[in-house]
Amino acid sequence: MNIKKNIALSDSGFVFDPSSGDSFSTNPIGLEIIKLMKNGKSADEIKKLITSSYMIDDNSFEKDLYDFVNMLQKLKIAEGEEKK
Amino acid sequence: MKKLQYERPVITRLNTGVTNKFGTKTAFTPVTHVDGNEVKTLIANYGSPLFVISEQTIRKTFKDANRAFTTRYPKVQFAWSYKTNYINAVCNVFHQEGSWAEVVSGFEYHKALNNDVPGSKIIFNGPDKTEADLRLAIENNSLIHIDHLDELYLIKELAVEMNKKPRVAIRVNMDTGVYPIWDRFGFNYENGQAWDAINKIMLNDKMELVGLHSHIGTFMLSPNAYGIAASKLSDLALGIKKKYKKNIQYLDLGGGFASKNTLKGSYLQGVDTSPTFDQYAEAISTAILNAGFLEEELPLLILESGRSLIDEAGSLLGSVISNKRLSDGRRATIMDFGVNILFTSFWYDHKISPAQDFSQYTEDAVLYGPLCMNIDVIRENITLPPLKRDDHVVVHTVGAYNMTQWMQFIAMRPAVVMIDMDEKPHIIRRRETLSTIESVEMMPEYLKKFKL
Repeated sequence: MNIKKNIALSDSGFVFDPSSGDSFSTNPIGLEIIKLMKNGKSADEIKKLITSSYMIDDNSFEKDLYDFVNMLQKLKIAEGEEKK
Repeated sequence: MKKLQYERPVITRLNTGVTNKFGTKTAFTPVTHVDGNEVKTLIANYGSPLFVISEQTIRKTFKDANRAFTTRYPKVQFAWSYKTNYINAVCNVFHQEGSWAEVVSGFEYHKALNNDVPGSKIIFNGPDKTEADLRLAIENNSLIHIDHLDELYLIKELAVEMNKKPRVAIRVNMDTGVYPIWDRFGFNYENGQAWDAINKIMLNDKMELVGLHSHIGTFMLSPNAYGIAASKLSDLALGIKKKYKKNIQYLDLGGGFASKNTLKGSYLQGVDTSPTFDQYAEAISTAILNAGFLEEELPLLILESGRSLIDEAGSLLGSVISNKRLSDGRRATIMDFGVNILFTSFWYDHKISPAQDFSQYTEDAVLYGPLCMNIDVIRENITLPPLKRDDHVVVHTVGAYNMTQWMQFIAMRPAVVMIDMDEKPHIIRRRETLSTIESVEMMPEYLKKFKL
């Protein structure tokens, strides 16, 4: 799964898709995940990075990440197959 | 290194459209405590879900209502509506504040007697009073509000047999400009049924007609309707005085005042639209005072308010079971309480607050209960911060009807805790257990054994 190349991100969590004109708002964790995905990190790498710096266990985060990535896909911010 | 506080990642599309004239709601306040008690601790001690009743709020609300009426009318008496919440501890707070009891069944009548309410201060309403109930009420000199002619004739027979003169009132239904008219209860004012019943009582002399009663509806958002009801009851009372030279001792305007809940489909919040006690009191008092009674013959004004006196004192604490995503992308959050114990979620969009701190990010969600039934929806649409499993919420304004209409369905009914004036919690109803349910079941001998 990749974040579409032209997606613009601001530090405050504002997400803009110039191809559709849609804009979105995400929270700091969401922004961090999108940035990591944009940098080509895999789901496992993201999980390792987030669980090492936040108070959250692996299973709970995996569940949230799965849901979040699905939302990114549904909102057409992410596309393609998930990176293994 | 200390780890950072985690919040579930959320992303929402920003929609442009017509601006809400009230602005967007961006500020939520977490409700971490109820009357000085931490939600987390209450749940740890008494389980989740948990009903919590604030004694402080009950007494404050009662005093507000009492002040609104007593500052406008010289003789006022409240009677606690048992069906709204008949947990004994709740009833007794109202009795300590001076409320009589208003009951609608033999079961509730016995509850009031067990709470040591004098029989003469119990108002017995409703269409279903058995012969045994009526005998007891006559014996105890209670105020019997007659609902139909069958009851009237039965009381007459019992009065002769018991050689007692029962104190009765008739329930009167009427057009107050609010529809549908609750004409299934009592005798109609406009078509002469009420006068017919009055004549039957007055001419027979076996009963004493002491009052007139009406209860025009529920969650009434129009105080004027009460003004009309009070005028019509006053008109009947003055007519009785003229025709029979008999002073009616009291007018009972019933209940039905709205609480601060928001009805489903309502554009504005209940806190903004529900009339205040002062508005109801003004309409009722003005109508009776202007009706033409001599000052010394003004009837006692009885009020049977339930919902408006207890709703705000009740909160339901609950926990998140799970989050999931519906097929259309909406967030669904499953709570550990459903319509089985929060019956009023069929009527209201209950205000629900998270019980822990969170950031300013929110998500639209559907809030489901835990039942394996499709109808178990607490809120069809609610904006909440990202909640995770085991997070707690507080459902506000649930004191009325939930603790009487709750169902033992799929799950057990939870415990109820009352927080006293010194902010100390007391358990006033234990959580049900399997044995609570099975104690009334019987197993025929031949069904006790089976092989699988």
